[in-house]
Amino acid sequence: MTPNGWIQILIFCGIVLLLVKPLGGYMTRVFNGERTLLSLIFGPAERGLYALAGTSEREDQHWTTYAFSLLFFNLAGFLLLYFLQRLQGALPFNPADMGAVPPELAFNTAVSFVTNTNWQNYGGESTMSYLVQMAGFTVQNFVSAATGMAIAVALIRGFSRASAKSIGNFWVDLTRATLYILLPMCVVLTLVYVYLGVPQTLGAYVEATTLEGAKQTIAVGPVASQIAIKMLGTNGGGFFNANAAHPFENPDAISNLFQMVSIFAIGAAFTNVFGRMVGNQRQGWAILATMGVLFMAGVVVCYWAEASGNPLIHALGIEGGNMEGKEVRFGIVLSALFAAITTAASCGAVNAMHDSFTALGGLIPLINMELGEIIIGGVGAGLYGILMFVVLAIFVAGLMVGRTPEYLGKKIEAKEVKMAVLAVLCLPLAMLVFTAISVVLPDAVASIANPGPRGFSEILYAYTSAAANNGSAFGGLTGNTPWYNITLGIAMLMGRFLVIIPALAIAGSLVAKKTVPASAGTFPTDSGLFVGLLSGVILIVGGLTFFPALAVGPIVEHLAMTLGQTF
Amino acid sequence: MSQSKTTSIMDARILLPAIGDAFRKLDPRALARNPVMFVVAVVSALTTILFIRDAITGGDNLGFSFQIVIWLWFTVLFANFAEAVAEGRGKAQAESLRRTRTETQAKLLKGDDIKSFAVVPGTSLKVGDVVLVEAGDIIPSDGEVIEGVASVNEAAITGESAPVIRESGGDRSAVTGGTQVLSDWIRVRITAAAGSTFIDRMIALVEGAERQKTPNEIALNILLAGMTLIFVLATATIPSFASYAGGYIPIVVLVALFVTLIPTTIGALLSAIGIAGMDRLVRFNVLAMSGRAVEAAGDVDTLLLDKTGTITLGNRQAAEFKPVRGVSEQELADAAQLASLADETPEGRSIVVLAKEKYGIRARDMASLNAQFVPFTAQSRMSGIDLDGSSIRKGAVDAVLRYVDGSTAVASGNTAVMSYQPQTAREIQAIADEIAKAGGTPLAVVKDGKLLGVVYLKDIVKGGIRERFAELRRMGIRTVMITGDNPMTAAAIAAEAGVDDFLAQATPENKLSLIREEQAKGKLVAMCGDGTNDAPALAQADVGVAMNTGTVAAREAGNMVDLDSDPTKLIEIVEIGKQLLMTRGALTTFSIANDVAKYFAIIPAMFLAFYPQLGALNIMGLKTPESAILSAIIFNALIIVALIPLSLKGVKYRPIGAGALLSRNLLIYGLGGLIVPFIGIKAIDVIITTLGLA
Repeated sequence: MTPNGWIQILIFCGIVLLLVKPLGGYMTRVFNGERTLLSLIFGPAERGLYALAGTSEREDQHWTTYAFSLLFFNLAGFLLLYFLQRLQGALPFNPADMGAVPPELAFNTAVSFVTNTNWQNYGGESTMSYLVQMAGFTVQNFVSAATGMAIAVALIRGFSRASAKSIGNFWVDLTRATLYILLPMCVVLTLVYVYLGVPQTLGAYVEATTLEGAKQTIAVGPVASQIAIKMLGTNGGGFFNANAAHPFENPDAISNLFQMVSIFAIGAAFTNVFGRMVGNQRQGWAILATMGVLFMAGVVVCYWAEASGNPLIHALGIEGGNMEGKEVRFGIVLSALFAAITTAASCGAVNAMHDSFTALGGLIPLINMELGEIIIGGVGAGLYGILMFVVLAIFVAGLMVGRTPEYLGKKIEAKEVKMAVLAVLCLPLAMLVFTAISVVLPDAVASIANPGPRGFSEILYAYTSAAANNGSAFGGLTGNTPWYNITLGIAMLMGRFLVIIPALAIAGSLVAKKTVPASAGTFPTDSGLFVGLLSGVILIVGGLTFFPALAVGPIVEHLAMTLGQTF
Repeated sequence: MSQSKTTSIMDARILLPAIGDAFRKLDPRALARNPVMFVVAVVSALTTILFIRDAITGGDNLGFSFQIVIWLWFTVLFANFAEAVAEGRGKAQAESLRRTRTETQAKLLKGDDIKSFAVVPGTSLKVGDVVLVEAGDIIPSDGEVIEGVASVNEAAITGESAPVIRESGGDRSAVTGGTQVLSDWIRVRITAAAGSTFIDRMIALVEGAERQKTPNEIALNILLAGMTLIFVLATATIPSFASYAGGYIPIVVLVALFVTLIPTTIGALLSAIGIAGMDRLVRFNVLAMSGRAVEAAGDVDTLLLDKTGTITLGNRQAAEFKPVRGVSEQELADAAQLASLADETPEGRSIVVLAKEKYGIRARDMASLNAQFVPFTAQSRMSGIDLDGSSIRKGAVDAVLRYVDGSTAVASGNTAVMSYQPQTAREIQAIADEIAKAGGTPLAVVKDGKLLGVVYLKDIVKGGIRERFAELRRMGIRTVMITGDNPMTAAAIAAEAGVDDFLAQATPENKLSLIREEQAKGKLVAMCGDGTNDAPALAQADVGVAMNTGTVAAREAGNMVDLDSDPTKLIEIVEIGKQLLMTRGALTTFSIANDVAKYFAIIPAMFLAFYPQLGALNIMGLKTPESAILSAIIFNALIIVALIPLSLKGVKYRPIGAGALLSRNLLIYGLGGLIVPFIGIKAIDVIITTLGLA
């Protein structure tokens, strides 16, 4: 670990923190329907879309209607994406003449993009046409992110509104998130990436002659625009198979910094939106502080593990940290930091091969995802995810002040607890059960690249990444088999919708409650104490569940390594 | 709270029967009420069957399996024992109540004539029947006095042996079945059918027979069930992980891990905590009609307190004599004392006392003075005395002034009085205003048509009440004083007592609307009352404490009854409610925090056979895999027993503000919950390896 490394980490954190307030303020205005500068440009389009959908910004929905609209929209998106892939051979914008995608892979990929996971069991440049990439993936990159943002806003309204029936209008929230937040930011970022050297073209792949005189096909395409949204919307699906490690996706340290910041920007700002909407920004900062504590703990361990490297290699007289699977232009610190960010934020873009990390270095991404993507998390998804833990933490500890637990003046009662437990329960269900089945299924075990605990980690990582809607791959596992395509798809659906529905149900239940004014007897939720409590509950409830699995995966591997055994 | 009713937790009369009850409660129907312990019982049964199978087929490591099975059952039994002990304390109380409820005969009246009645068994009475109860009779059922006055011994329910007066009309008309009339007779209209009387309900309540889960308890049970499911997933997936690594884990070890991980500590003690909470109230002589009410008491935001009897001593006392110009204090005191000699009201007596203490005016005999007492009437609003052609009156200032006006009109010939009175009247009015502003009550004194001055009657704020309100403020509870006084007087007393707000010139209507207003703001309101006109407000309040001396209507409307009829008890009730919630939260936190140590004990032991590297996680240095697993499960069972006293006594509530309270409890039960099991498991490991058990 070097001072230079720490400075880079601090610069990153500083930029994210500086963005929280202005971006949070702007997003609050957008979701409250206030006029902004961009209303001049997008206003007519926005109203046109409402007219087309047969709704209006004044129409508010009950939580069940909200949830139904959301599910309907996502189902439609899934079907569109599925058939685009199956029929891509017959559709235009296919200069590389890609054929139909096989059904299991098409299912997996469609689910993956609709759920904001962007798990990729395919290589983009060798499987998907430009039409699928743009009209399919890029569109879903926007709307799946906007869906997450809409849910978060609906849940916030559950806290901020009192004695009401409705939690907002899904179509309005979706449209506003896309038009006023994602789209303008992506336009700017696309231009930045193009300036930094990322290709943006609809032309065919470039034929090049190498120095040795060999012919090489260089894949290009509308890369910059997809990179912009894949980071900002915490989608993570790369244009190329190598993702952000590919020089065309992520040319240098500056583009890397832009990408890291854009992964966290909206998620971090959402805590501020939360604070503003509930009328006390400190509440938002307390949540962000909890995320920050957990994030920094992960970064420190991951950076330390990677910088320390492998003692077995040191014994051979080779000094230094672990550079296997890392790009030289990013080095250890930016690879470790990127790994922590992308798994904390449910993004899933990678600029290094996580499979090549040390055991403990690879443990951090796993834990980040197992906690349920609540450290910043996916856009919107991180906030509603952590609020599920807040409900549990408040319920357990809030009783200790001698009152029925309240959060922001809303009483936390049986219904909220039930829904939060459901949301928290679905992750270990998808992650552990599918892993448990796969590790004893010969066909599934055949897909792993390494034996022993490392191979176990590869499978655990795949289901963890899918259920957490992260989408990053550990590498090593051959995921494009019918078994993994289907089960990973199911895990993604569980991890997405079994959290969304309870979150909206909680919003619907809270919105109808009165707001109890705070008093000296009320548990203060904007203090350091609350940050400590929430972090503790997240680690114990979220973390302990996975202790046995981690013990027989990365932990035993690390301990074995210290004893001189590798896998 | 009477000390004699306090039962020690470690009372053998409760503990011994509780052991038997612990086995009786193994009935699956009883266990099913508690999801966590039900699950433990189910896996214990399964493990037992597996053990028996292994014992027959000759499996290995039988001694170890046997010990695990034993401790699994102990976990269930300890939970049952905790509940039985909590119930035992209530049962003892119910028993003593039952003894007082002897089979009674009732004198059922046919008509209005109290001479013609039929003697029928008390149990045959129906609601609406009218009975006669005479001196020495036991009142057959709950009812309302419709005629007569009697002194009644209510020791059976209150434990207080001094008799109380029950009379028709007014706010003391309710009588309770099972209590005894000591003197006179009353006609009682029965208001409760046999089996649903106050004492019946009391017995059912303290026995816990009617115990319904409270909202918070339901929510907590959902959380515990959810956590149990999460740990089902965590442990049920382990065999497959082990088989991937080429190993095998015995079922008994998996069960041990599972049972130690699920929140058995709080699961085992949850119902004991609830029963103990109700029990604590009963020992404070307060009966809660439901657990929901006790829980709501902890959530109270606003406390409505009657001024008289709660904030101030019941009676006003004379504090000062303020004469008008030209009249000496001595003269005024003398007249006031004479006017009060025959006045048996506390105010009147306090005037006599003050005159004696301050001016040495001795009490005089009415008869020897040949004096005539003029009692207070609602029309005159004055009382006084007529003697030797002279008349003295004292009373409300406006009433006295009107009286003086009338008498001056009669004595219109006297110009001196004419010219003198209006000025004196103004002076009296000025003194009276000053007294009212200070929170007192002015009492004007007039002798033979001449205004002498004003007696300052002062409301005496109870000692220490100011500190209690400051304490409540720190608890986050707002206090509102309810009084019939005018706003000026109310404001002065409110300031002196340190309440946050007051409602002056209170009527049942504006009391009710005050409660509704507070509730509309999302607040929970508690109040106490006794009169029939309090009933709507009692019913509207979230916590309504009816005084036992009150009317039937009030007792029906409230959700708690205070047998001692002490309105200050609301404060204790709130504390008990808070204690109940805190104890649940503290033990839940403790239970969950315990899991960390248990993982560190069991995981390395579990995988040691095929991943010996995991031995590094054995940070407690437990001797063998068997001793590690056994120590964890023994700790898990014993901690239940160790925490029974805490769950019965409750976590102490301190009014230090929510933040400070939470950090304190988090430190004790959160951090303590992390650390204690590390020490406990290690200690047990040392003991069982020394004993050679594992």
